[in-house]
Amino acid sequence: MNVAAPQSTALRWIYGGYMLAFFLYLAAPLAAAAMFAFNDSLFPALPWKGFTLDWFFGTTEPKLGMFYDRRLMEGLRNSLYIGVIVSALSVVVGTCNAFLFERKQFPGKSALYVLMIVPLVIPGVILGISILVFASMIANGLEDTFDLEWDFLRPGIFLVVLGQFSFLVTITSLVIAARLRKFDVALEEAALNLGASRLRVLRTVTLPYLAPALFSAFVVAFLVSFENFNTTLMLVGSDAPLTITMYDRMVKVGSTPVLNAVSVFLMIGSGLLALLSVVVQRGKEPKA
Amino acid sequence: MPRSDAGKLSLILLFMPFVLWMALLIVLPQLGVGYLSLREKLGPGKYSFGLANYMDFLHEPVYWNTLLRTAWMSILVTILALIVGFPVAYYIAKIARQRSRAALFLMCLIPLWVSDLVRAFGWIVLLRETGLISGFLQGIGLISGPVELLYNDVTVVVGLVYTVVLFMIVPLVSTLDGMDNSMIEAGYNLGGSRFTVFRRIVVPYAMPGIVAGCIIVFMLTAGSYLTPILLGGKNSMWFTEQIYEQFVTRYNWESGATFGVLLLAFTSFVVWLGLRLTGQSLASTVAKD
Repeated sequence: MNVAAPQSTALRWIYGGYMLAFFLYLAAPLAAAAMFAFNDSLFPALPWKGFTLDWFFGTTEPKLGMFYDRRLMEGLRNSLYIGVIVSALSVVVGTCNAFLFERKQFPGKSALYVLMIVPLVIPGVILGISILVFASMIANGLEDTFDLEWDFLRPGIFLVVLGQFSFLVTITSLVIAARLRKFDVALEEAALNLGASRLRVLRTVTLPYLAPALFSAFVVAFLVSFENFNTTLMLVGSDAPLTITMYDRMVKVGSTPVLNAVSVFLMIGSGLLALLSVVVQRGKEPKA
Repeated sequence: MPRSDAGKLSLILLFMPFVLWMALLIVLPQLGVGYLSLREKLGPGKYSFGLANYMDFLHEPVYWNTLLRTAWMSILVTILALIVGFPVAYYIAKIARQRSRAALFLMCLIPLWVSDLVRAFGWIVLLRETGLISGFLQGIGLISGPVELLYNDVTVVVGLVYTVVLFMIVPLVSTLDGMDNSMIEAGYNLGGSRFTVFRRIVVPYAMPGIVAGCIIVFMLTAGSYLTPILLGGKNSMWFTEQIYEQFVTRYNWESGATFGVLLLAFTSFVVWLGLRLTGQSLASTVAKD
């Protein structure tokens, strides 16, 4: 018998009912957003006018599907581009940080460790404006004193990458450090005793062990980057990623079923990626 | 090369990215915002320094009312998320069978990965005048005309709880998971009632998870932008919206920076207070994977 569970049947039913209600609450908006992507109507609202895939693949106005909508596809391309760059950078720096904090001893380590976590508890909007302000200060300074025009320091993809990178590094560092902590150093010592060089030990013993964590850190960073809004909003230039394009459309044009189609696309995409990272993590985890 | 030199070299090499990241993207930009908030524009290219921007904030009731409103609504959302999320986390960690546990946890995680924007959009589709709920209520004859459920405070709170509750559940599940059932059994054997066992054994054990969840949820709520604006409409009065307006619409960076400093100071204070009152540290709560 499970002592942690409610003992009376009535209570157990009430608890079960609560869980069901909670999962309905979780699913309701997602289901509602998904449903109208397939409604053959110009508005994402009832009545139901029949099933269609036009909001994905339609080629003519007014039912131009998302895959033929030039602005949305540009947004998607920008999102992918930003996501891949920023995740790769965050994984590289996160790996360095993991080794720094798990393997090295130096004065002030615990204070610096707290400093490393701090970006997670700074609101995204603030990270965005601070990087905007700092980059503009540098750009203005260069312009005034040296007459240099460094346009990449003005709002645009470069600043979006920096803004997302600034807090994603914390996430990747924590994910990679958690795995490195479980590593048995005896394995490295054995390889060293057998005459391998330090670099070779790193390449053939330590990094393969870390590979699942590197992969899932990359996926997590990519997903967070892809759906980031607050930090990106402050730093975005003319080449906006998908979330910003979608928000613009929502505010300026009002909601159309194309946005529902994008929502379905995002749900399926991020769901699959998240699942993939869980599977990889599970599969490679040493059985305790 | 002697071993200690190699160790020193690798330490320096590993330090480089950390220092560059911290200095160029976190510390210096924050100092930059602080500097900008102390600067007042007198004319083109003419500035004076002082607390004038902060005085403007205090003299304009709309501004500090918005901050206070954001503050108490964030605290309300945090408490509600804890109340809603705790039973769910307890169920997943302690009551569900081994097999369904992983499935339930995954079901909790998948919406977490769907963008805020999509979730807010889902609520709009459900709640607006021509939305599903309004249509359903008309269909069963409970109301006669369409009803607008968007653009009020209750909707904003419900939407915010929805957006953040999963960040409460995840740390709670991972702490409750580590609790041995024999502790609960011992509590009963010693004559504790259901409520006493919950208050004296389960809650203290779950405290690191509760603190971590509350901190993350509070930060996310106070710093959220999409949900209050999309569900609350033009009159949502959310502080991040003020910051955006000062920066982008009015192009008044000095006062936007001032608002940024105030928001960061406020949220840091609440996080510090929460850690202090419960005797936890940032490293042991938020960073605990």
